[in-house]
Amino acid sequence: MKKILIIILFFNLSYSHVYSIEPEVFIQSTVNRASQILSKNILKEEKINELKIIAAETVDIRGVGFYSLGSTRKNLNDKEKRIYFDLFENYFLKSFSSRLSEYTNPKIKVQGKKVINKNYTIVNSLLIGTPDRPEVKIDWRVYTKNPDDPLIRDLIIEGLSLARTQKEEFASILNSNDGDINVLFKTLENFTKN
Amino acid sequence: MLKKLTITIIYILLLAFNANAGSDGELILKKDQPKEIKDCFENLNRATFAFNQGLDKAIIKPIAKGYRNLPDPIQRGTGNAARNLSNLITIPNNILQGDIKTAIINTGRLVVNTTVGLLGTIDVANKMGFPKYEKEDYGQTLGAWGIGPGCYLVLPVLGPSTIRDTAGSFVNVLGGDPGYNASVHGNNEFLGEGVFIASKALSGIDFRSNNLDSFNNLEKNSIDFYASLRSLYLQDRENKIKNNQRGRVEVLYKDEGDWEEIDSK
Repeated sequence: MKKILIIILFFNLSYSHVYSIEPEVFIQSTVNRASQILSKNILKEEKINELKIIAAETVDIRGVGFYSLGSTRKNLNDKEKRIYFDLFENYFLKSFSSRLSEYTNPKIKVQGKKVINKNYTIVNSLLIGTPDRPEVKIDWRVYTKNPDDPLIRDLIIEGLSLARTQKEEFASILNSNDGDINVLFKTLENFTKN
Repeated sequence: MLKKLTITIIYILLLAFNANAGSDGELILKKDQPKEIKDCFENLNRATFAFNQGLDKAIIKPIAKGYRNLPDPIQRGTGNAARNLSNLITIPNNILQGDIKTAIINTGRLVVNTTVGLLGTIDVANKMGFPKYEKEDYGQTLGAWGIGPGCYLVLPVLGPSTIRDTAGSFVNVLGGDPGYNASVHGNNEFLGEGVFIASKALSGIDFRSNNLDSFNNLEKNSIDFYASLRSLYLQDRENKIKNNQRGRVEVLYKDEGDWEEIDSK
């Protein structure tokens, strides 16, 4: 019995070792996938659709959505949360992919990482400059609570956090409308439709 | 008198192009960075922002687009010269922040680029291996001294600022900018007010030209462009005051617990 337990434990440990993904490897692989798409000679709309697939797989959209809502998330009922996440997911994928699609043939080199705690690692990278574009430092906040399935929670471009910018954008809309979540819903819906 | 006043106003406005200030929205300047930066003049700021947007679309953006079509050496030379001139403000601020070593390096950079680099059009110092140049201004110095940003402001033409940073800009016209002193107050035949204003305007056009795509992208993908720019401006300002090249988690998010709470859902 003891031997069986040891064997099971050994296989579990081996399994987790083999499939655990280092955050920097995860980021390099993700940017390589995105670069391939952006280098393709296809329509911009096609690029956006392919980028959406990558974003859906690699970004913790739910976590980013919660974060973007700030303290308002505590006041939502279950129905409002469901509506919000549907709208947020569509908004996020469109916004994120459209921003990326502006880059043609980007080369991003992962430079290092800084482990913040067991849940978070910041991966440092550099978008290589071209004659038309200066080099850009891009840091990735990677959520590593499940090491087998790391997820991106923020992009920090030259020290500027996209998640924080989005959170403050949402807060501005809510503050200007007496905290009415329906106005935010409508704004997200309009963005996705246009 | 009126002429001097006009020049002073134009100068402060042009400075806002180059100095992006971060603010926290308290009416009284106080020590330390507050957790939340309030936008206490939001209605007025949004109106000014709309005016600036109109001005940008009608005049500044077309000029910036034209500028971008100029031959690359001309653009690079203009950008280098503008950056070189900014040393005149950066160096005293290095000293005021107690960073004597960087002040010496920047003085060396200014001398080398102004002479060997043909009035700063060629960044010879960079080729010689000088460390990367970081601009400093009086708003940053006030921030480094622990003075909070005060209310967020949008200045006509200049754009985002704060009470602290606008106050910092006034220091330039009160004797803090040697370039301003020499051209506006100095009696010399080589530097006139026109040259000074033109140099600041060129610096602004160079900045706008370098950011044409990123601004377009941001505007297109924002649901509240005003709020996006405010956020980015304030983050940038915090980073500059703390001399963070890549941002730091505690500065970026203010409250790391916000993320941690999401973990537990």
